[in-house]
Amino acid sequence: MTRRWVGFTVFLVLLLAVEWGTRTGVISPLTLPKPSDVLQTFAELYSSGLLFQHLLPSLSRLAVGAALGASLGIGVGLLMGLFSFIRAGLVPLVAAIFPIPKIALLPLFVIWFGIDEGSKYALIAFGTFTPTVVATYAAVDNVDRMLIRMGQSFGLSWLSIVRKIVLPGAMPGILAGLRISLAIAIILLVAAEMLGAEYGIGAYILEAGSLYDLERLFAGVVILSVLGVLVSAVIGAIEKRVLNWRS
Amino acid sequence: MELRLRGVGHSYGARAVLRGIDLDIPAGQIVCIVGPSGCGKSTLLRMMGGLEEPDEGEVLQVGEAPKQCLNPLTYIFQDFALLPWRTVAGNVSLVLEDHGISRADARERIENVLGRTRLTEFAGALPRQLSGGMKQRVAIARALVVNPAVMLMDEPLSALDSQTRELLMDDLISLWIRTPFTAVYVTHNLAEAVRLGHRIVVLSRRPGEVREVVTLDKPLEARAYGDADLEVQQKHLWELMRAEAAAADAELIGG
Repeated sequence: MTRRWVGFTVFLVLLLAVEWGTRTGVISPLTLPKPSDVLQTFAELYSSGLLFQHLLPSLSRLAVGAALGASLGIGVGLLMGLFSFIRAGLVPLVAAIFPIPKIALLPLFVIWFGIDEGSKYALIAFGTFTPTVVATYAAVDNVDRMLIRMGQSFGLSWLSIVRKIVLPGAMPGILAGLRISLAIAIILLVAAEMLGAEYGIGAYILEAGSLYDLERLFAGVVILSVLGVLVSAVIGAIEKRVLNWRS
Repeated sequence: MELRLRGVGHSYGARAVLRGIDLDIPAGQIVCIVGPSGCGKSTLLRMMGGLEEPDEGEVLQVGEAPKQCLNPLTYIFQDFALLPWRTVAGNVSLVLEDHGISRADARERIENVLGRTRLTEFAGALPRQLSGGMKQRVAIARALVVNPAVMLMDEPLSALDSQTRELLMDDLISLWIRTPFTAVYVTHNLAEAVRLGHRIVVLSRRPGEVREVVTLDKPLEARAYGDADLEVQQKHLWELMRAEAAAADAELIGG
């Protein structure tokens, strides 16, 4: 119980330190904005209705892109884990596309999928896809061979072995992979919105940054952090439900 | 159902692991296979279960499998091989699910087998909540639920401490007395062999050959921990194995 609050306390102490620093002038207003001013900007953003005008398009881009990328990634990762032929064919390909900074491909996606939502979905999906593939395929590979041999020795069908032994056995690794993939999805969401969107948290941050409006910049960054914490909490809740067999 | 091995030999690459094994596994008996490490005991067991094909000779299944048998040759593994995400009852139910058994029939089979292995009150527990001995009892229940013709046991008690091993031997004996089953029991522990085996097959070191088959006439229910005549048999077995074990121990690994 006390452990839960440690993380929260770290946050609070840091914030109070910055607030104290900016108020006393130890930290100049050009270095960091006052946390209380950021909070006020945020309140204005909320009351003006602009918050949701920026937040809703971002959330829908994130949801569509990440869902596409993660489900494709899990699918392909499973196939790679299950069939050595497919693995042999795709491991080099995945290794080749994993290190490409996906943002570099945005112009290409704009041509392929249009300047509108399509290219943003594609960028987020592509960025989520590769880490999910790698995590899923490694998780399937890590399933205890002994359990699979047990299933075979009892004459279980191939489908039963996949459904009842491989999938649940790979689930911890797949969920751990999703944690990383979804954080990457948030990063790419902002990148895509910075390169061409009227509304969205990325566009909001870009605009604040070019005006050197640090309060608004930080208000945007706070939204991203909260988004990250929420996504991680959702996965934590899923883990708690699905992986309750672990201690 | 009986198993008959005729001239079974096998090699991995240039290295022969088994040579000219002739062996009968009569129905309703427990045959223990002992031998120094690396003599091919486990390979032999895999061949009996059809997981591996011998290079030479043949493994024959003689006679019909018992009624309601779902998986004639059923393994029990040293490390239990339980699914950690399924409860005790769920682990037992796993091996029934592919056979199109009605739900009521499956439930009856599971209840029956959990009762026989005295696991009824643990039906809802997860493997992580169980001790090693309990886990192996779940694995035994899972093997019994398919009503196997022959149980193939690969060092089933080796992962357990010596007290738990004694308890599980008592369990196996009382299970056998209630309903005699056919089993091949691979072990390196001679005390287990003389407690559980109707016959004890001593293999030589690699390439494994049958050195001697010892038949114990004393009924299982009359055997107990530390029986003087069993000690004599165990000593005899050890003398057979001693030189082989020492030589196997001195071999280079992978040589």
